[in-house]
Amino acid sequence: MRHVISLLIENESGALSRVSGLFSARGYNIESLTVAPTEDASMSRMTIVTSGSDDIIEQITKQLNKLVEVVKVVDISEAAHIERELMLIKVRATGKDREEVKRTADIFRARIIDVTDASYVVELTGNQAKLDAFVDALDPALILETVRSGVCGIGRGDRVLKL
Amino acid sequence: MVLTGAEIVIRCLQEEKVEYVFGYPGGAVLYLYDALFQQEDVRHVLVRHEQAAVHAADGFARSTDKVGVAMVTSGPGATNAVTGIATAYCDSIPLVIISGQVPTAAIGQDAFQEVDTVGITRPCVKHNFLVRDVRDIAATIKKAFYLARTGRPGPVLVDIPKDITIAKCEFEYPKEISLRSYNPVVRGHQGQIKKAVQLLLEAKRPMIYTGGGVVLSDAAEQLTKLTRLLGYPVTNTLMGLGGYPASDRQYLGMPGMHGTYEANMSMHYCDVLLAVGARFDDRVIGNPAHFAEEPRKIIHVDIDPSSISKRVKVDVPIVGDVKDVLDEMIRQLESGAARPNGEHLSAWWKQIEEWRSRDCMAYKNSDEIIKPQFVVQKLWEVTGGNAIVTSDVGQHQMWAAQYYRFDQPRRWLNSGGLGTMGVGMPYAMGAQLAHPDAQVACITGEASIQMNIQELSTCKQFRLPIKICNLNNRYLGMVRQWQQIFHGGRYSESYMDSLPDFAKLAEAYGHVGIRVDRPADVEDAIREAFVKHKNELVFLDFQVDQTENVYPMVQGGKGLTEMILSAEDL
Repeated sequence: MRHVISLLIENESGALSRVSGLFSARGYNIESLTVAPTEDASMSRMTIVTSGSDDIIEQITKQLNKLVEVVKVVDISEAAHIERELMLIKVRATGKDREEVKRTADIFRARIIDVTDASYVVELTGNQAKLDAFVDALDPALILETVRSGVCGIGRGDRVLKL
Repeated sequence: MVLTGAEIVIRCLQEEKVEYVFGYPGGAVLYLYDALFQQEDVRHVLVRHEQAAVHAADGFARSTDKVGVAMVTSGPGATNAVTGIATAYCDSIPLVIISGQVPTAAIGQDAFQEVDTVGITRPCVKHNFLVRDVRDIAATIKKAFYLARTGRPGPVLVDIPKDITIAKCEFEYPKEISLRSYNPVVRGHQGQIKKAVQLLLEAKRPMIYTGGGVVLSDAAEQLTKLTRLLGYPVTNTLMGLGGYPASDRQYLGMPGMHGTYEANMSMHYCDVLLAVGARFDDRVIGNPAHFAEEPRKIIHVDIDPSSISKRVKVDVPIVGDVKDVLDEMIRQLESGAARPNGEHLSAWWKQIEEWRSRDCMAYKNSDEIIKPQFVVQKLWEVTGGNAIVTSDVGQHQMWAAQYYRFDQPRRWLNSGGLGTMGVGMPYAMGAQLAHPDAQVACITGEASIQMNIQELSTCKQFRLPIKICNLNNRYLGMVRQWQQIFHGGRYSESYMDSLPDFAKLAEAYGHVGIRVDRPADVEDAIREAFVKHKNELVFLDFQVDQTENVYPMVQGGKGLTEMILSAEDL
């Protein structure tokens, strides 16, 4: 089953490789991993999308907790939560396609953030399914480049991951 | 006081009351060695290969409750140390390894003797650090010792670039250290312990299974008390030998691949299993699916939550320090009125005695040819069971574990997790330095001993009177045994030709060498080594039966009850 694991980790060099090394060494799956500092610059927040049986997910959280630099680990997909991912997609925009891409972007509430006479860069935020749907809605021949940030997640309501 | 980085490192080691640093100098650690030279509190043991430095520090730590310390240079010094570090990591041994690194400005430039030591060692350390500022040295070393010895112990590496060792700053050793991201649980959960005690008292066929955690936590006394209080059978894993006195009636021997019939049968058919500081390793329970076929309740005490329910589903998990949890169990038992059901227990013991009567450790001795088991038995007799015994890896390791009966903890030093050949002599060096008056024996084989044979030179320099018992069968014995049983007798590369004359080799290094060919000479030779040559290193080269196998045996992938008890079962 798919799980979204969030963790707080000391913002030190090598911390990311400890986490990624753990996943590769123990054969755990990583679908995506995002990391950036929090409001406290000494700590980073990481969101890992992974999958596995309950036993494997239990081991993943235990092993992550065991890393000396990891401060806290939560499987945010255990309860109500929000996931978002950012995509930047460069598409060919000439002739009749120019208007068509614009219309599709509007439907998905995406924004066009760069325009040349032959291309657009479209910015779209949402959950993974929404981003996938947008890509599917475009003619594959028009897609020049796709960049996705990977999933960021946060618990709903009172659930807070903080030191 | 303003000191150089190198001086600070050595001052930190003094603050930690480090007696011995095992190491080897080189370019990147020249300033460290210069600082070491100018003081007398911390003594340095110059090994002949960095792998042995880490193993010796590891042996020192295993035989005491102290943190072992090793120092190596950058590049090859660090890579040579990796096997030692991984060995300690697999057995949760507290070590601090200080490695030199090329100057900060040269890092990433493919400089001479540069490797990414922190990167290479990351998967086999509890934690590691690259020090980038001289002002961080003291706090980092404080953290390293703290991390190494607390929680589930393990090796911690501190990589220090050369320029940092000459930079200067004010030295102050932090008194306390706390890490917001690291707070190991020590005290076990009261409610869980209560549940465990309840379950133990209700058991009809109880079994206590303990591992290295009991030794590391110095909880042998607690384990013995609890086991006797309950009157239950107990087994110690390879890493846990000496946790409970092997000569006691309640002790069933070692479990697992080469464990006793009675220990394995009891592990399998018990209805309540108390696992303490053990991790249901594949060499202990065999096939986990087969193990799970028999219904039983499992209580698991371990300081590392990730060890619990990893290979076997556990009913009552207790995270905490083994000593603390056992103390609490004893307290609850003693303060309560409930006692185990005598009727069920005596029926269970009757069954166990029946299994024990198979006498699975019996072997056919010979007047013609030396049996390796016989050598270990004689060693046990001559040393009165009081020696610190180290081993390498293979058949001799299993015979040592099976036939030398350890009544006390920290007397048996071997590489259980990683299975590193070549640890035996360096372990003996570390143990002998920690216990100058103890009898230290290294049970080894002609293949393993050659993996760190150069340390005979270190032993001479530091006058370490260890006794090397080489069970020389001219084969990589365990490989040969598997090839005989599983590979149709095709002995691919397991025969070693052109062996040195080990007795002469020992003499060449300035030691005593004795070759023993006949069973009748075994005891005298051991006596000669321990009495006549008490203060010298003696290399006893026993020419043993080439075809002897280790039994009982559970094949890889098989269940605990599917044992081969002797050659007749093949």
